Amino acid sequence: MAGDSSMSKGLQGFIDSQMRLWWWKVLCVACLAFATIGGMLLPVPRLNILNETIRNLYYHVPMWITMMMLYMAGFAYSIIYLRTGKLKDDIFAYQLTATGIAFSVFGMITGMEWAKYTWGEAWSNDPKQLGTALSMLIYFAYLVLRNGMKDEEKRAKISAVYNIFAFALLIPLIWILPRMVDSLHPGNGGNPAFKSYDRDFSMTIVLYPAFIGWILMGFWIASICIRTNMVRYKQENRYQYDIEKNSANA
Amino acid sequence: MRKTAAVTLLLSLFIVLNARANDADMADVMRSNGKIYVVVIVLATIFAGIITFLVRLERKITRLEKKS
Repeated sequence: MAGDSSMSKGLQGFIDSQMRLWWWKVLCVACLAFATIGGMLLPVPRLNILNETIRNLYYHVPMWITMMMLYMAGFAYSIIYLRTGKLKDDIFAYQLTATGIAFSVFGMITGMEWAKYTWGEAWSNDPKQLGTALSMLIYFAYLVLRNGMKDEEKRAKISAVYNIFAFALLIPLIWILPRMVDSLHPGNGGNPAFKSYDRDFSMTIVLYPAFIGWILMGFWIASICIRTNMVRYKQENRYQYDIEKNSANA
Repeated sequence: MRKTAAVTLLLSLFIVLNARANDADMADVMRSNGKIYVVVIVLATIFAGIITFLVRLERKITRLEKKS
């Protein structure tokens, strides 16, 4: 128990101390500038059917990676909230997850646009498409669930529990089930989606900066949402906020 | 000067070798006549705009946090 709470304090302390700093935002911009421009200009493998659209890999896949990272952080904060009961942690969990949902929408739309021109149909009931569609519905329900409750404590507690179950379902729906059957996605029936291009160094040097840049961008946007809501929470619940702050210092 | 020449040579060699390896349709014409840079400049403009927006938002929130 003691070990767990010090671990969550370490994570929170790290995030609190880094959230307002600039270095990772500069890194984000540098990585993204390289990935966006290099993604258009640097050489790519010449493949039939995909042709030049292979470059979509630099923009479509990072959306899902970013979504995953944001969901993971939101999941961690939901657990932290259930342990501490502080509404500050609920704000973190909610804003991280909500930003993740936005990225899942981007990933789905870009995927469908890409699929229309390479697989022939925007929606072809590919197992990965079905899995992500299901997980998106589960996370949309999280938003509906939150907005359906007025009492802050109750909303925070129920949505934290729901978020933990949603994340637990996300793993089989996205990472396990689609890999057990044949898929139109690369590396069908087993391999991770982008591993098949890993041998091609010309793609790797753009793809990995793109991952880092987009993940940091996701956290940047989420941090702005979190801070906005923290200011609002501070103003609306001055008394509650002071209690939580004092108990954190104690 | 020699460095850029070497890099250009290597890059063109790479492209030529790739072109020989496979004859899949690529936007080679768009690249050779430089129109790809039109796309790149549009992307760069949108990107710069979004980053400026985010940085301004960040500064505004920092001011708000100090006030509250």
